[in-house]
Amino acid sequence: MRAVRGDGLPIKRGPIQVRGEVLSVRRAGEYFVLAFAAPGVAQRVTPGHFVALAVGGEPTAMMLRRCFSVHGVDRNGTSGGTVEIVVDAHGPGTQWLVERQRGDALDVVAPLGRPFSLPTDPVPAVLVGGGYGSAPLFMLADQLRERGSRVDMIMGAATESRLFGVVDGRRRATTLTVTTDDGSTGVKGRVTDVLDKILDEHGGQVIYGCGPMGMLAGIAGVAKARGIASQCAVEEAMACGIGVCMTCVLPVIGKDGITRMVRSCTEGPVFFGDQVRWSDVGTVPADCLGAPVPSAQGGH
Amino acid sequence: MAGNVQMSANLAGSVLPSPVLTASGCAAAGKELDRFFDITQIGAIVTKSIMENPRSGRPTPRMAETPSGMLNSIGLQGPGIEEFIANDLTWLRERGARVVVSIAGGTVEEFANVANRLRHEEGISALEVNISCPNVANRGQVFACDPRAASSVIHAVRRKTSALMPIFAKLTPDVTNIVDIAQACVSAGADGLSMINTTLGMAIDTTTMRPILGGITGGLSGPAIRPIAVRCVWQVRAALPQVPILGMGGINTGLDALQFLLAGANAVSVGTAAFHDPSAPWRIHRELEQALAQRGFASVAEVINYAHREVQPA
Repeated sequence: MRAVRGDGLPIKRGPIQVRGEVLSVRRAGEYFVLAFAAPGVAQRVTPGHFVALAVGGEPTAMMLRRCFSVHGVDRNGTSGGTVEIVVDAHGPGTQWLVERQRGDALDVVAPLGRPFSLPTDPVPAVLVGGGYGSAPLFMLADQLRERGSRVDMIMGAATESRLFGVVDGRRRATTLTVTTDDGSTGVKGRVTDVLDKILDEHGGQVIYGCGPMGMLAGIAGVAKARGIASQCAVEEAMACGIGVCMTCVLPVIGKDGITRMVRSCTEGPVFFGDQVRWSDVGTVPADCLGAPVPSAQGGH
Repeated sequence: MAGNVQMSANLAGSVLPSPVLTASGCAAAGKELDRFFDITQIGAIVTKSIMENPRSGRPTPRMAETPSGMLNSIGLQGPGIEEFIANDLTWLRERGARVVVSIAGGTVEEFANVANRLRHEEGISALEVNISCPNVANRGQVFACDPRAASSVIHAVRRKTSALMPIFAKLTPDVTNIVDIAQACVSAGADGLSMINTTLGMAIDTTTMRPILGGITGGLSGPAIRPIAVRCVWQVRAALPQVPILGMGGINTGLDALQFLLAGANAVSVGTAAFHDPSAPWRIHRELEQALAQRGFASVAEVINYAHREVQPA
């Protein structure tokens, strides 16, 4: 499958740092949808891009930006375009974000990362979201459908309240299948338990996924077994989001067959499923370029 | 107010248009930050420490946010000196940025080899020798924690480097007396001193009840360590009045940078702040320029060391 980047529309490239303004924060189950105006950002976003937001106001004791995949954009919205993200308020930084009021300032760096590639031919696609990892898939679904692809979605989570965007998903995809680990809604089990069936029924030729590493590993495995492509957006912890800190690395096989520890912020967050050494994430494989030898360790 | 202050800085003979540089490990090799500000306007890009061979670094998690700072345990990931020269140094040169190359090694010989490889490369303003690396030959004891080991590295690098190339030794604050190490490095041929490197720290995840970092311990950086850094600069400046100092440690604003100059630094590096604000180095330059103008200083040179002045009793 040949792939092209972006939605075919002329876009300005590269990230910018702008002062954004909060438009709204609304609850969505256990999550929050934060909408903000960010001049110049919306026009540059394609599905899979992420934003990095400073948190805590100025001065702040929280030095690291919080990164979120873009959930939606309105290029014609207020003050040069609006951006929506989904926030899981699980710590002081994300809590600060969801407490913002309309009109509050936000320090925005965006768009960042390598987004999803769209197939050149309108092949059927299956989109898989784990928890609020579904956030970037709605924009992607719209673009795929505009290009003539059939889109089927699968959303999975531990329990019903950890799903995001089920109603939206039903509207945007031809079919939506929901799974929960505890069976509180949909099919009891994991997304990978239903993935083969959905691919069989609807002729899926490419899988797009966003969610926890374990889920992405499963998706990549299914794709590999069927000989089809998968694109996975990873959720690695990042300190800067722009490629300078080297904290968000994972082992990825290059075109030359050599494994390197690569930055998920600049070379990802979207990777082809067969590039990532999923079972080695969190380690440095011994055959990785520059892997430690017993006599040369240490240093930070 | 700003605009009339002479902002140039002098690092042991290398004249820079700004006293604000990036800090090693916080700017990669400049390309990423160049999207947010013009890297040719600041003093120099101090590149991430480079070793002889490619290096994968440590397993993740590699960082943990801490109050007003962060811990990192990257493990000196890098492409090795050959790739660095072919890609990063070449790009920086073509871009027209000034470059301070940070070098590292696990042995004295490795430091010397890396320095030797850079000997005939053009467009380098200074070498910063990251001696806060574990010494493989001495059970991982950090070079910068032992005056003799620090001295051996600096001596070896000096021998492989042109006499015209300024060498700065980067010191760790994790020592009993930083002046002893500073003195040893200067005696071994360092033209200047960079201080401070991160200070060793650790955080434990109270949910998993295990250390957060894959490397267990990590380097603490950010505003949390700024008072330690200012103290180190002050002490070394007092003891070694003539030795150029590149000050760093938690600089996030122009006034933070001013503290370092007042304490005796000749220029400063901005590190962790660039993670928080990718345009921080240039913003800090402008804030510093304004702060100097407001205080009636005509140049950066005038303010260096100013906090050490005798104050007459009223």
